[in-house]
Parts: sequence; C-alpha cells; structure tokens
Amino acid sequence: MSLIHPNRRTLLTATGAALVTGVSGLRVPAQAKTIAPSKTMRGGANNYRAGAPVVDKIGGGGFWMSGTVRRAGDGAPLAGQRIQIWAHTTEGHERDQRSHGATLSDENGVFRLEMPQIVPAFGQAHGHLAYDSAEFKKVFLRPVMKRSSDTSLEAHFVLEPV
Amino acid sequence: MQASHTKTLLIWIALGIAVLVPIVLSLNSPLLAWRDPVYIAAGLSGALALALLLFQPLLAIGALPRVGLLTGRRVHRWLGAGLTIFIVLHVAGLWVTSPPDVIDALLFRSPTSFSFWGVLAMWAVFGTALFASLRRILRIRPRIWVRVHSALALVIVGGTIAHALLIEGTMETISKVILCAYVGVTTLFALRKALRKPQKRQN
Repeated sequence: MSLIHPNRRTLLTATGAALVTGVSGLRVPAQAKTIAPSKTMRGGANNYRAGAPVVDKIGGGGFWMSGTVRRAGDGAPLAGQRIQIWAHTTEGHERDQRSHGATLSDENGVFRLEMPQIVPAFGQAHGHLAYDSAEFKKVFLRPVMKRSSDTSLEAHFVLEPV
Repeated sequence: MQASHTKTLLIWIALGIAVLVPIVLSLNSPLLAWRDPVYIAAGLSGALALALLLFQPLLAIGALPRVGLLTGRRVHRWLGAGLTIFIVLHVAGLWVTSPPDVIDALLFRSPTSFSFWGVLAMWAVFGTALFASLRRILRIRPRIWVRVHSALALVIVGGTIAHALLIEGTMETISKVILCAYVGVTTLFALRKALRKPQKRQN
C-alpha cells in the first residue's frame, strides 16, 4: 500500500508550500527542532547563595524537587550538571544556609532532590533553582506550586553555552 | 445619625466580628510555626492595616453610630496615621525577612502581581498622608481636597483588596474575602456620599 496518493490538491499544496518556504527563505538547514534557552525568571535569584554543597537530601526531606537539564538548540540531555535548590520550607527560611542544597543531573539530564515541604512564603508556595556553573549561561528559575499541599515541584532547564 | 441602643450595639458587634475573626484566624495559622517573629509581625501589620480600612470610610462620613462627624473625622485622622505606621512596619518586617523580594516589589519588578497592588496602595496612603498634612498650609479648597482624597482612597482600597486576595499564607481565605467585601462596600458607599454633596464637606 502506498502512503502517498498524489492528486491535484496535494500536488498544488506541496508546490505552494515549496514555493513559500523556498522563496521566503524559511528553509533553515540542519535545525529540524530548535529548543530555546530557559530565561531567568523574575525574582529567581532572590536569596541565592553561591556554592551550596551537593547533598543527598536537604534537611529531613519529604518533598521532591525534580526536573531536566537540556542543551539549547538540539535539546540533548546534559549529564552531570549542578543544580542548586532552595525554598522557604518547614525547616527554614529561604535565606537560611540549611535551606540550600545542590544536586547533579544524571545521564538522561534528569535531576531529583528530596527536601523539606515547601510552605507559602511571600504570598506564594514557590521554589528556587539555579544553574550557576561556568560551562553554560547562568539561569535562575522560580516555579510556583499549583497547590500549597503539593509534595513535589518541577523545573526544567535549557542551557546555552557561554 | 441617632440610633437606638440595640442598633448601635448590633452595628458595633458586626464591625468587631468582621475585623476580629480574620485577625484571630490569621494569628492561628499553621504556617506561623515556620515563620520568624519579624515575618509574623509583618503579616499581622498588613492584616491590621486592612482592618483599619473598614472603619476609615464610616468615620469619614459620620456613619458610625454614637460617633459624631467631628469626632469621626478626628479618629479618622488618627487611624490614617496608624495605617501609615502599619504599612511601614509591614514593609520593614518583610524587608528583614527577605530583602531582595521587597526590593523587587518596591521597584515594580516582582514576579507576583499582588506586590504591584500592595506597593500602589502604599504610595496612595503615603500620598494621602502628605496631602492631609499639607492641606492647611497650602489652603487646599475643600472641593479639591474631597476629590483628591476620594481618588486616593479608591486606589488605597482597590489596591489593598487586590493585594490581600492574591496572597496565600497570611490570612484565612474565607474571613479575608468577607472582610475585603465589607471594606469595598463601605468605601464605595462613603465615596458616593462624599462626592454627591461636595460643597457641604467642609471640615
């Protein structure tokens, strides 16, 4: 069975599409899918502390912060990237050293760190994440929880080289 | 406005409940366990400022039973000064808790929309306080005064209500919504009365 049955309509559409892309220069070679880099969110860097240590868990845990780290452009997963995480939790304010910790992305670009339950502060239950190493441009994210009763939160990084 | 004892009592009880219930509930919030005293005081100052806004319009038009217009205006000025102080304490307490968040709010670049409304209302309160203190010195005509003060009052109340409703974590939701509704309704009621006969509003 042939998947393509050209008739007058498909032929005209294809010719038209080819003309539009060809003439207007919309055909960009070798960029089948382009993934834009993450932008630092407003307030994302608030109460950031440089150099938080990589830890197995922040405090007593019970809440999961997770996400992915990918490369801008082709979206390839980035392994071994250090992501710093902090928030106002049941164990401390954002500015407290004990509320800060870092983790590394795995071979699939996935990171996951257990931390104390995030509680609403400054009007919203939210977390902070930072990519602050040298290889790519720094990015600070500030995801907001849909419900303050949630026990997990996600944030995704798309990094562009410096 | 002369009212019977029972009516007077009922009105004061209703106002007391409208203000005390949200304050007491905010002081019993489970979130307080994870907040420093300074942060708790900052939140409470904000809630108290909101509570004052329920009395301000009623005092301004002499609508509170057993409180005459002149006494009402005098108390209105004192509460206005108190409102200004509560706002300063609110912002100062938040600043101590998280300086960068407060700086973002004051510069109107915060990620949270309630910050915008709060800061807008704050400037309207400060503007009112300044304008009120300059009123005698500059000999501002009562008509102008009423219009400017009414416009600022609308910004203060509208901004404060939007600010309070969008925040999660300081007040209990239902009592907060009810208090905001009361504040909004009394303000509109008072503004309507104040702007309808501006020539009689000399004080």
